[in-house]
Amino acid sequence: MLYVIVGAGPAGVVAAEQLRKLDPLGNVTLIGDEPEAPYSRMAIPYYLTDKIEEQGTHLRKQSGHYDAHTIDVVQDRVVSIDTSINEVHLASGDKRRYDKLLLATGSSPAVPPIPGIELAGVHNCWTLEDARAIVKLAKPGASVVLMGAGFIGCIVLEALALRDVKLTVVEMENRMVPRMMNETSGNMIKRWCEEKGVAVHTSTRAESIEQSGSGLVVKLSNGENVAADLVISATGVKPNMQFAADSGIETDQGILVNHFLQTSDEDIYAAGDVCQGKDFSTGEFTVQAIQPTAVEHARVAASNMARGHHSEHAGNVNMNVLDTIGLVSASFGSWMGTEGGDSVELVNEPAFKYLSLQFEDDVLIGASSLGLTQHVGVLRGLIQSRTRLGDWKEKLKEDPLRIMEAYLACAQGQSTSMT
Amino acid sequence: MQKSLHIDPGKCTGCLQCEMACSLENEGVFNPSKSRIKVFTFHEEGRFVPYTCTQCDEAWCMHACPVDAIVINAVTGSKDVKADLCVGCKVCTIACPFGTVNYNADSGKVVKCDLCGGDPKCVSSCPTDAITYVDANATGLDKMRAWAAKTDNSVSADA
Ligand SMILES: Cc1cc2nc3c(=O)[nH]c(=O)nc-3n(C[C@H](O)[C@H](O)[C@H](O)COP(=O)(O)OP(=O)(O)OC[C@H]3O[C@@H](n4cnc5c(N)ncnc54)[C@H](O)[C@@H]3O)c2cc1C
Ligand code: SF4
Repeated sequence: MLYVIVGAGPAGVVAAEQLRKLDPLGNVTLIGDEPEAPYSRMAIPYYLTDKIEEQGTHLRKQSGHYDAHTIDVVQDRVVSIDTSINEVHLASGDKRRYDKLLLATGSSPAVPPIPGIELAGVHNCWTLEDARAIVKLAKPGASVVLMGAGFIGCIVLEALALRDVKLTVVEMENRMVPRMMNETSGNMIKRWCEEKGVAVHTSTRAESIEQSGSGLVVKLSNGENVAADLVISATGVKPNMQFAADSGIETDQGILVNHFLQTSDEDIYAAGDVCQGKDFSTGEFTVQAIQPTAVEHARVAASNMARGHHSEHAGNVNMNVLDTIGLVSASFGSWMGTEGGDSVELVNEPAFKYLSLQFEDDVLIGASSLGLTQHVGVLRGLIQSRTRLGDWKEKLKEDPLRIMEAYLACAQGQSTSMT
Repeated sequence: MQKSLHIDPGKCTGCLQCEMACSLENEGVFNPSKSRIKVFTFHEEGRFVPYTCTQCDEAWCMHACPVDAIVINAVTGSKDVKADLCVGCKVCTIACPFGTVNYNADSGKVVKCDLCGGDPKCVSSCPTDAITYVDANATGLDKMRAWAAKTDNSVSADA
């Protein structure tokens, strides 16, 4: 079997290893267009804060790892797919035949339509190359404007704050991390950041970026002008799928797949940020663009590529964990609840503690939290196992912090009444 | 034969010796809040349940880690966090459906049970044999494993 994987991020690397394991005699080629050894974008914030060197971002640490697994790593860019003869065409002019192809090309930062976005001194924070540029400009004391306080924006925020820059954050929505936190908890994060000395403008747009001497000035919709040595754009991402769409593969928000992560072409599969895969909570097909989903897609897709369709994808629980200058937040599944559902919310503004649980009948379907770092994983466990909470639902409505007891009693059968 | 922890909550008196021994062994301090094994109290029933990682085969924490910082210990089969590689991103803490990987803000890294390299101190410190270290087959972990399988993302859980 000839397997070709496009994209050498976490999804591509995990799929390559899984294919190697499941089909020891297969031929596995991993094509990625970035110049570095396969790395994890997620580790970039820790490179920015000097917690690790560049090597620390590499997905695999052992030298010779890919050779040892006979995975042929090729640095090149796939420009098109000839689906009639199962061949990918590379930017270098090379061609590669495949029996099964995996598209794991991830996503790229969206470019917001703001005048001045192309100026030097405006950067994304998406690749190692971006990170190197940011390290040069984000010196202690430098003024930095961060556009976008979504999940990725907030991760970058933490790294910048730790670099001791003078930081201003601009977010169009009325709170921070709007896709992860509701108004109450999103604004608790905002207040936390402000107390740590970060200027946060919500419900505000950056209207233009202009050169001013050696620096930049960002004009905001609230009338303020903010001087900046560096502007970072984190306003959203879009899947890298144009070449696939042009080659006749069906796409929507991402590359469309069925329950086996197979695309509209039977020999082509998709995984990771580029893939519009099944969401566990809603049953709908969406782009989640998170690391755990990328890896799980890769394992299921590789298994289906190598062994036929034995592994049906049950869908991923969307989940995020974020550290904003020491305040840890997390969200799981249908954290915003569901129609006809039930919920409980615990809010402790002074202590920056928050926990919201969402139920459908007596099953936990979503949760979001602030300031909770112990045993948070059981929230995923309860959601994904669809464990019935029985009496424990009422106890949780009285005190949601008893979640661990509820979990032990209901999921592990650890209570007198059940043993 | 690999061994695993067997916990019998019925024998636990809530003395917290295991938490003390764990924090001393792993963090160098007597501080239950730093323990990797945690005893939960069911006040209404006067019952105690010690709880820690089962070293499950699915190893969600290990697969979710973006920097290869969780590895299988070849001797004990435990999934160990390599502190020098961990960047503290916490993705493993939400990926583990058992909630047994926890973030330690002091070190900026995560901690989980590593079976103390094959000589678990919670076991040797437990005065009532509520925690024992026995052949993996005999632990009755099946119920927990079955539950774990329900959490998998594919119908047939390929390795
Ligand atoms: C700063 C930052 C922090 C993050 N933090 C978190 C976090 O805390 N938690 C979390 O869950 N997620 C986080 N993410 C998101 C996470 O990194 C992604 O979900 C993950 O990288 C997706 O993996 P992937 O393999 O699908 O795509 P990618 O990692 O994007 O890899 C795709 C690769 O394919 C290459 N490629 C694209 N097109 C082609 C082509 N035509 N030919 C060849 N190669 C191509 C790309 O250049 C890239 O190298 C973060 C992302 C960033 C940028
Ligand atoms: S917190 Fe550490 S061990 Fe856990 S996933 Fe992140 S880097 Fe890996």
